[in-house]
Amino acid sequence: MSTQNTFDMAAVESIISQRKATPGALLPILHDIQGVVGYIPPSVVPAIADGLNISRAEVHGVITYYHFFRQHPVGEHVVQICRAEACQARGCESLAEHAKELLGCDFHGTTDDNKFSLQTVYCLGQCASGPAIQIDDDLYARVSHEKFNRLIQAKRGVQ
Amino acid sequence: MTVTIFVPRDSTALALGANETAAAIAKEAKARGIDIKLVRNGSRGMFWLEPLVEVATDAGRIAFGPIEEHEVAGLFDAGFTTGGKHPKALGLTEEIPYLKKQERLQFVRVGITDPVSLDDYLAHDGYVGLKKAIAMEPAAIVQEVTDSGLRGRGGAAFPTGIKWKTVLGAEADQKYIACNADEGDSGTFSDRMVMEDDPFMLIEGMTIAGLAVKATEGYIYVRSEYPHSIANLNEAIDAANKAGYLGKNILGSGRTFNLQVRKAAGAYVCGEETAMLESIEGKRGMVRAKPPLPALQGLFGKPTVINNVISLSAVPLILSRGAEFYKNFGMGRSRGTLPMQLAGNLKYGGLVEKAFGVTLRELLYDFGGGSESGRPIRAVQVGGPLGAYMPESLFDTPFDYEAFAAVASTVGHGGLVAFDDTVDMAKQARYAMHFCAEESCGKCTPCRIGSTRGVEVMDKIIANQNRPQQIHLLRDLCDVMVTGSLCAMGNMTPFPVLSALNHFPEDFGDQPLATAA
Repeated sequence: MSTQNTFDMAAVESIISQRKATPGALLPILHDIQGVVGYIPPSVVPAIADGLNISRAEVHGVITYYHFFRQHPVGEHVVQICRAEACQARGCESLAEHAKELLGCDFHGTTDDNKFSLQTVYCLGQCASGPAIQIDDDLYARVSHEKFNRLIQAKRGVQ
Repeated sequence: MTVTIFVPRDSTALALGANETAAAIAKEAKARGIDIKLVRNGSRGMFWLEPLVEVATDAGRIAFGPIEEHEVAGLFDAGFTTGGKHPKALGLTEEIPYLKKQERLQFVRVGITDPVSLDDYLAHDGYVGLKKAIAMEPAAIVQEVTDSGLRGRGGAAFPTGIKWKTVLGAEADQKYIACNADEGDSGTFSDRMVMEDDPFMLIEGMTIAGLAVKATEGYIYVRSEYPHSIANLNEAIDAANKAGYLGKNILGSGRTFNLQVRKAAGAYVCGEETAMLESIEGKRGMVRAKPPLPALQGLFGKPTVINNVISLSAVPLILSRGAEFYKNFGMGRSRGTLPMQLAGNLKYGGLVEKAFGVTLRELLYDFGGGSESGRPIRAVQVGGPLGAYMPESLFDTPFDYEAFAAVASTVGHGGLVAFDDTVDMAKQARYAMHFCAEESCGKCTPCRIGSTRGVEVMDKIIANQNRPQQIHLLRDLCDVMVTGSLCAMGNMTPFPVLSALNHFPEDFGDQPLATAA
C-alpha cells in the first residue's frame, strides 16, 4: 500500500484556515481532511500543528487515538462489519469469516486489486436487525451470506 | 384525492431498503396516475416490519410490512391506497399489540411525524415545554425537573435536577450544555432514534436546559457511526434557528442558546462524560479524574451540564405535562418511562417504551416473542458491553435501577441483547475483556493492563490450562478493576465477566464456582 499518493495540499490548507478559530478545532479539521483526502496523510501534521499552535506530537496523538482516523489510503470501497454483542447474537462471526474468504483479505486489510478494505466496527445502531454492515456510506441490515455476496458483486460490477 | 403514504427514513429502515421501496412507490403511483403525497417519517420501532409502509385513512393509518421494492407493484395491484386486501396488511398501525401495549410518553411522535419538519413538530405538541420554560425562573425549571424524579438515562442514573442545580449555582462568564450522543453500547439505539426520528425533541430539551442553568452554548457529541443522526440534527437545528427557537432572543425572550453538533471519531470510551469533554476540546479522549466535577469545571473549564440524549429529550415532556404527570409512572426511585431496546436474537426486535417496573421476561417474550432462532433464550445482556449477562432465573427482575443493582446487574441505557443456547459464555467473558483492551483510554493501569491480562487468563481458562487457579486469578483481577479503575470502562467490564462466570459456571469447566461476585 502506498503512502505516496498525491492529494490536494491547498484544500488541506484551506480547511485548516477556515476551521482554526473554532473552539476544539482539531477533530473537525481531521474529519474534513479525511473527508476530502480519504485519509490523514502524515505530511499534513506539521501544517495542522502550525495552524492550531500545538505540537506535532499532540496532533499525531489525536490521529492515532481515534479508530475513525486512518493514516493510509484504503481500497475503493470500505466494508465494515459490526462484531459487537447484538450482532454476535445474530451470527456476525460467521459472516465475518465468510467475508474474509470471499474478499480474500483479513480485517484491517485491503484486497490485492485495491477494490475493498475490510474493517471491524463496534455497533452501527442496527441491533435488532443484525448482522449489520456498512459499505462506504450505505447501511445494510439482516445481511445473510447470500445478501453479502450480492452486495459485493454489485460493487465489483460498477466503478 | 391525494393519498398520503408513509415510508420511514430511519436508518434501520434504510438498511432494509426503505429508499428503494419509497422510490418504487413514487414510480408506480405516477405510472398508474394515482395522486400521492409521500412522507418520509421516522420508524415506529418495529424493526422486523421494516420497511413499514403506511397509508393514511379516515380511520387512522393502515400498515403494510415488511415491503421490499419488488413487492410494491403487488401492493398497488391489491389497491392498498383504497383499503384493498393484501397478505402483508397489518391493519391500523396503532392497534398492533406491540405498539398498543407500550406507554409512549417520550417517543410519542417517533414514527408519526416527518422528523425534520418543524411544522409537524409544532402540530404534535412540540415546543409547548419551551414556551412554559420561558415564562419560568431558572430555579423553578430546575425544581420541576428535580420533582419529576428523572435520573440520567445514559446509565449512571444520577438525578438530573441535582446536576442542573449545581450548574445553576456555579458562577461563570460561560456555561455549557453538552449532550452525550456517543451511543456506543451494542444493543442500544434509542438515542439514534431520537436524533433521526424526532430531533426537535432533543433540541427543545437542550434549549430548556440552557434556560434552566443560564448556559448559552450547547454541543451534541454524536458518534461518527451515526451519519443520519448528524444530518437530521443539523437540518433540524437550521430550521429551529430560522424560526427563532434557537439563537439570539429565543421566541422574543431575550435569551440566547446556540447549538452545534460535534462528530466523534470512533472511540467507545468517549461515551464517558469527561473523555467526551476532552474530545470536544480537540484532544485524545482520555478520562479526567474527578473532582473537579464537570458541573463546576467541565467543557473548556466552565460549568457544564452533561446529559444523555434520552434524559435531555424527556425534559420537554416534563415541562409541558408537569413533574407530577411524569412521576406517576414507574416504581420505587425509578420514575417515568424508559425507552427499552430489544436486540440480538429476538423474533420481534425494536423499541419498547414502558414505565419502569416491567420485567425482563415481559420484554423478552410478550414483546420480543422469544428468540428468532426458535431455541431457548439462555442469557440476556442488559445495559451494553459493560452490563451483566442475566440467566433465566433472573428474568422476573423488574426494570428498576435498585432492583437490578440488587442482583449485581445494571439497567444502563435500557438495551437488552438476547442470546440463545448456542452461546458460549466463556467466549463472551473473553470478548468483554478484549473489548475493554481495545477501547481503554489507557490512563489508569487497572483498565489498561487489567483488560489485557484478562484476555490472557480467559484464553487459558478456555484452553483448560489449570482452570481453578486461573479462575481465582480472574476474580482477583476483576476485583482490582472494579475498585481501582478511574471510570466505568474499567470498573464495569467485570460485570459481564463475573456474571458469565457466576451464572454459567458450566461454560468455564466443571468446577463448582457458585461464589458470589
